Amino acid sequence: MIGLYAMITKNNLIKKLIGMAIFQTAIILFYVSVGVKDTAGIPIISHHGSEHHQESSDIHSEEGPANVEHHTIDKDKYANPLPHVLMLTAIVVGVSTLGLALAISQKIYKSFGTLEEDEILNQLRPGEHD
Amino acid sequence: MTEHFPILILLVPLFGALIVILLGRERSEQCWMTSLVSLGISSIISLFTVIAVLSGKVQTIRYRMGGWPESEGYEVGIELRVDILAALVVFAVTFVGFVNTIYSKTRAEAEVQGKVPFFYALIQLLIVGLCGIVMTNDAFNLYVLIEITSLTSYALIAMGNRRAALSSFNYVIMGTIGASFYLLGVGYLYIKTGTLNIDDIHMVLGNDNLWDHQSIIVAFIFIMLGVWTKMAFFPLHGWLPNAYSYAPSMTGTFMAPLMTKVMVYVMIRVMVWLFGYEFVFLGQHVWGELIIWMSVLAIVAGSLLALARTDIKKMLTYLIVAEVGYMVGGAWLGNVTGQAGAFYHILSDAAMTFCLFIAASIVVLRVGDSRINAFNDLFRKMPLTMIGFTVGALSMIGLPPTCGFFSKWYLISGGIEAGQWEYVCALIFSSLVNAIIFFRIFERAYFGKISGVKEDLSLPDVDANPSKGIKEVPWSMLIPLFIASGSVLLLGIMNRSLFEWIQAALK
Repeated sequence: MIGLYAMITKNNLIKKLIGMAIFQTAIILFYVSVGVKDTAGIPIISHHGSEHHQESSDIHSEEGPANVEHHTIDKDKYANPLPHVLMLTAIVVGVSTLGLALAISQKIYKSFGTLEEDEILNQLRPGEHD
Repeated sequence: MTEHFPILILLVPLFGALIVILLGRERSEQCWMTSLVSLGISSIISLFTVIAVLSGKVQTIRYRMGGWPESEGYEVGIELRVDILAALVVFAVTFVGFVNTIYSKTRAEAEVQGKVPFFYALIQLLIVGLCGIVMTNDAFNLYVLIEITSLTSYALIAMGNRRAALSSFNYVIMGTIGASFYLLGVGYLYIKTGTLNIDDIHMVLGNDNLWDHQSIIVAFIFIMLGVWTKMAFFPLHGWLPNAYSYAPSMTGTFMAPLMTKVMVYVMIRVMVWLFGYEFVFLGQHVWGELIIWMSVLAIVAGSLLALARTDIKKMLTYLIVAEVGYMVGGAWLGNVTGQAGAFYHILSDAAMTFCLFIAASIVVLRVGDSRINAFNDLFRKMPLTMIGFTVGALSMIGLPPTCGFFSKWYLISGGIEAGQWEYVCALIFSSLVNAIIFFRIFERAYFGKISGVKEDLSLPDVDANPSKGIKEVPWSMLIPLFIASGSVLLLGIMNRSLFEWIQAALK
């Protein structure tokens, strides 16, 4: 919400972009928090019961040997990985949006010499208005 | 073979974009050829898809990306889903892209010097994104594709003059807010249903009877707000007019007909397939009435703002705002006639906006002035261009046999069926305003300067430059115009069968 407020009210274009980044990060956190379960560990499944290393054996040891042999997955033991995977994509999208917006603001700065929105509008006023 | 069509439509322009980048800026002619060929192939495939879906062998083509099997009734992987509606929109997108590439042949080198390959690459990526939006059956994938489309269009708009960079920046801000709202909405849906496949979400919502749950309502509102921002629905339309009128002309001609229409398609899809009729219209929600009034407001305000403009491109962009109001209103009427009318209007509006934007760009290019005075006496100077413009304009006003008449007809009959008289009045009002707008231009174009009317904006630049009279533009620009105006008429003539297909698909 802070980000959204910044995007709408701030006068400086870079500050608007910072607002945008905050907004997007907030949504990413929202998604990541969806995947959290109280009892869960890292969602890495070792398929070879005998070969798995220390961390995953900790998780499996509580379930007893039968579960390990049949490779069944107790869903409460693992955090939901899907939102995390989705957010990888969303992070990429956010980065590219930010990069593009920065490039555009650079272009604006080159042609107007300022990044303050009202100054730019003042420069445009005498010629044409909409 | 048929089952692979959806992915082929996407892959051909995707690789086309890569090839264009590799060809580099030295060989702009080949860049043009490559994108022409790739978009040509893509539109032919999508034409075959339309035929395949219509012939009744396969009602809906489902394509599982990466071959993930279906497990326990749920989709695991990402799915592409093409029914007749999607096939028609995809065909419209690829075909407009193809025709627009013909148009950009001469313009691209003039308007984006040194960036020609990037322009073609971005255009193709934009088409990939738009087709993906239409075909995907995965709510999160839809977000990613919306962002692909938006990112490419930000870049394409920013290639214009210095005003374009600023308007593109505003578009980035608005577009990101819209996309983020959509993403939040999808997040809520995912929490409640645990799936992202659109059909599965609908199924889970129905099975568990989650219709009245708070978070589903919140999700619906977020998604709608996001989509409305992207389609420039009236109170959220601020970014559109500047972005489209300052963009390079061949970008404007491409994006104006497609971007908003595809987002309208997304809205109809979310309403009908994701949430479903029971949720959107039958629940205890007040929004139906409210949104009809908002669309009435959009139509009236869009038309009046268009009337107030003297700049031809600005005027057309405000008309788009009004047209978006038509479609949103039609989709929210709550009966099949209105929704099918809105859908038919997506196609017909794409055709007529394309036609008008090409004609306007040609006029602006030749006359060098974008005010409506530019049209003085143009029927004598550029008869062919003006014929194309007239077809588009008549369709916008809504005269038979152009498609604009029929889409308005269906929307109005949907409105009467639903008893939403304010919407019917708004449509007729907007028709009248369009008539004023365009006959103002026709008058100038036929009779030249009107005696008795004070000409406050004379045209010294053109008149004082007798060495080069205003001539017709090269064929590479006229052919697209004729294809566009031809398709306006064709859509109008085929309206009955198209409308029946759409109605059948929506039921």
